[in-house]
Amino acid sequence: MLFKRREFIQSGSLATASLMFPKFLKAFEHKNLVPPGNKVMVVIQFSGGNDGLNTVIPINNDIYYKERPRLGIQKADALQITTDAGLNPALSAFRELYDNGNLSILNSVGYPNPDRSHFRSMDIWQSASNANDYINTGWVGRYLDAQCSGCDKPTQAVEIDDMLSLALKGNKQKGLAFTDPRRLYSSSNESFYKEISKEHVNSEAAVDYLYKTMGDTISSANYIFEQSKLRPSSASYPSTKLAANLKTIASLIMSDINTKVYYVSLGSFDTHINQAAQQTRLFTELNDAIKAFTGDLKKNNRFEDVLIMTFSEFGRRVSQNASNGTDHGTANNMFFIGGDLKQKGLINTMPNLADLNSGDLKHQVDFKAVYATLLNKWLQTDDEAILGKNYQHLDFI
Amino acid sequence: MAENSASLENFSTEKLWEVLIQTSAKKPQKIEVARSLSDGLVKGVGEIIRMEKPADEKKAIKKKRRQENKEGIASLNLMWLDTMINSEAQLREKMSFFWHGHFATRVINSYFQQELLHIIRENALGNFGELLRSVSKSPTMLQFLNNQQNKKSHPNENFAREVMELFTMGRGNYTEDDIKEAARAFTGWGFNMQGEFVFRRQFHDEGKKTVLAKSGNFDGDDVLTILLSKRETAEFITRKIYRFLVNDNVEESRVKSLAADFYDSGYEILPLLHSMVTSDWFYDEKNIGSKIKSPIELLAGIRRYLPMSLDNDEAQMLFQKVLGQVLFYPPNVAGWPGGMSWIDSTSLMVRLQVPQVYAAKESILLTPKIDDDVAMGSKMEETVRINRNKAYVNRGGAADIEWNLIFTAFEKVKRPSLVNAISNSLVQSTKSVNPDIITRYSDGSSREAFIKSAVINIMSTPEYQMC
Repeated sequence: MLFKRREFIQSGSLATASLMFPKFLKAFEHKNLVPPGNKVMVVIQFSGGNDGLNTVIPINNDIYYKERPRLGIQKADALQITTDAGLNPALSAFRELYDNGNLSILNSVGYPNPDRSHFRSMDIWQSASNANDYINTGWVGRYLDAQCSGCDKPTQAVEIDDMLSLALKGNKQKGLAFTDPRRLYSSSNESFYKEISKEHVNSEAAVDYLYKTMGDTISSANYIFEQSKLRPSSASYPSTKLAANLKTIASLIMSDINTKVYYVSLGSFDTHINQAAQQTRLFTELNDAIKAFTGDLKKNNRFEDVLIMTFSEFGRRVSQNASNGTDHGTANNMFFIGGDLKQKGLINTMPNLADLNSGDLKHQVDFKAVYATLLNKWLQTDDEAILGKNYQHLDFI
Repeated sequence: MAENSASLENFSTEKLWEVLIQTSAKKPQKIEVARSLSDGLVKGVGEIIRMEKPADEKKAIKKKRRQENKEGIASLNLMWLDTMINSEAQLREKMSFFWHGHFATRVINSYFQQELLHIIRENALGNFGELLRSVSKSPTMLQFLNNQQNKKSHPNENFAREVMELFTMGRGNYTEDDIKEAARAFTGWGFNMQGEFVFRRQFHDEGKKTVLAKSGNFDGDDVLTILLSKRETAEFITRKIYRFLVNDNVEESRVKSLAADFYDSGYEILPLLHSMVTSDWFYDEKNIGSKIKSPIELLAGIRRYLPMSLDNDEAQMLFQKVLGQVLFYPPNVAGWPGGMSWIDSTSLMVRLQVPQVYAAKESILLTPKIDDDVAMGSKMEETVRINRNKAYVNRGGAADIEWNLIFTAFEKVKRPSLVNAISNSLVQSTKSVNPDIITRYSDGSSREAFIKSAVINIMSTPEYQMC
């Protein structure tokens, strides 16, 4: 055995950890609830291009039913929220959130010259770039840069995944990705890494960067692991991956951690074939996980300080295809969920199906304006510095 | 490999260069995964739709073909990786890897990708102008940057833009009008059902165009000639090669003078490399071990040092995915950004564990993100558990690494000097990890066990990530 892998079980005691990180002691001192006002954001990425028209359904639109003779969701089946709009039948918890004023829907979000490659369009969304630009950093990553210059733990933004998305990579700082705080802790906490880290003397800039990343990872892993144990959620969640991830997030939101942005993905929404079954399966997973998550947050008085945002790299074409599916499209809708929304329900009008760009929706809102709003009004930071441009803020928060 | 590393130290730079070009002189053998049309890989979806067959059958053919292409590219990936590891032609394969990132494409067609790779490997050390022309006319590039759709009635500017921005001059040296005009010149460039370049005259705009202050009745080749006539192109390419081979921090005066020679040689790649590799500054301390290895360089490097037979191809694909570099799947047309962008908490910790996974056969649980462009909606969540055999040291080693070669390489080294000797053979820079720590964490029960664990431990350090 090269490294004593399971060492963390012994060394995970409070005593060892607190020597290195006195903040833990502080965290353990006040067992009361987190004070209100500590705003956090949870981003849920629908990977694969979710079909927005079967998510928020234009229940009185003849064009919709004409273009989707088999795939269209009937008015009677949709969960009606306004005269003209209904939610996908699998989203009953969203309907409940809507009824309680905890759901906003923004239609027709996109960007000029839309790209139909999953990878590229996701890149554009994650980096907040124009369709013609290639930017190697993400919008949350640049938020980290601004927020966390010189800080020792890049835990302000975390992704619940085995790989870190471009969205969370900044120029100087990068967020942290993990699925299980305990596994992150054990893999990064081997004493070999700690010792070589301790012995390292400054050398080549790139080597120093590696050592710094290693040191940050070790200290962040400790910090996150301890925080996740602080007030673990006792609520019951469904046994799906998304639900497990949201439960991890809930435990951290209830702790004293400094995380402002949580990032998680669900997919694949790439429904070229037999869309209904796949979208229903994913939405059921989403719906049940969100129901448990928002319930948990409410019970713990944290719902006012949490904003959940959903997005996908593109929507899908208005017409269904020959395989009872839909092909890659353009503009799409976004959900915002939280206890502190200023504009509830439909924020703007339903997409205009009579005015299409060769079969695709035209975007009305640039997604970068949404980011600007979130950065400025929710995370209270200089959005222009992060996005490189001044976008008109929206009013939903 | 370990056994030659000692002798190379005594070579002069000229001698080293001779070895490099001798081993890379031969035309490369083509890496083939899809032989021809008869493999049914060229035919696009359009052709399937036109087939006179029931819809269900067509759907099945389409699905099968997509699967074949995906698997074909995976084979191409692993075969090329094996070639990088086992081939003597290291300079050729290294430069091919450079051009693979330079002319970055994502096209899920194994035949197209195979042909483009061959163009690149054949021309990797040849003439940049010829390479540029051949790549531009390859079906992969024609498809990826939409020249197939570039018609007089409806010009598509995608290729015209990227060829200026990313393949030749770089940003800031042309205007939007230059792009528009150049796009008109490329109208009609496409490929036929055999995957061959065709000039479709009926789609070509015959009118006069003005590109970079030159006017004429240009076609695509003329535009490439204009781009090659610009000194900015020589500088852009030289700077990028410098960053690839020497240092991410560029010494501009050096690049300028190298680029001038490159331009005057008519874009001959070999003399440019010769100037770099035989210069004194190439061996400056600050230019050694200053770059972070890309995932492919890291993975290939480990296997070059430790000859091994792998029972699990999945693991190699998985590492590429999790570390952020899958051959044939660059993030976008700009290629892999490289440098510090390779490193985040997660990728670094996985990098440090790769040697242990190979050598110790322990288990590491990783789920890469789904690539929807490849998966096309199929449920392809790959949770791959790689097995690591925990007790490999005690059991005398995993059967699949040929440790004997390593033992032989160090057989004359006395035990107290072993860690330093191994470290020197693995780590580029003179600064390496404290040998006391390596010794303390290595298995001292026998000389063999010590060598094995010291190799793996040194490979598990940040210093080993550098080249």
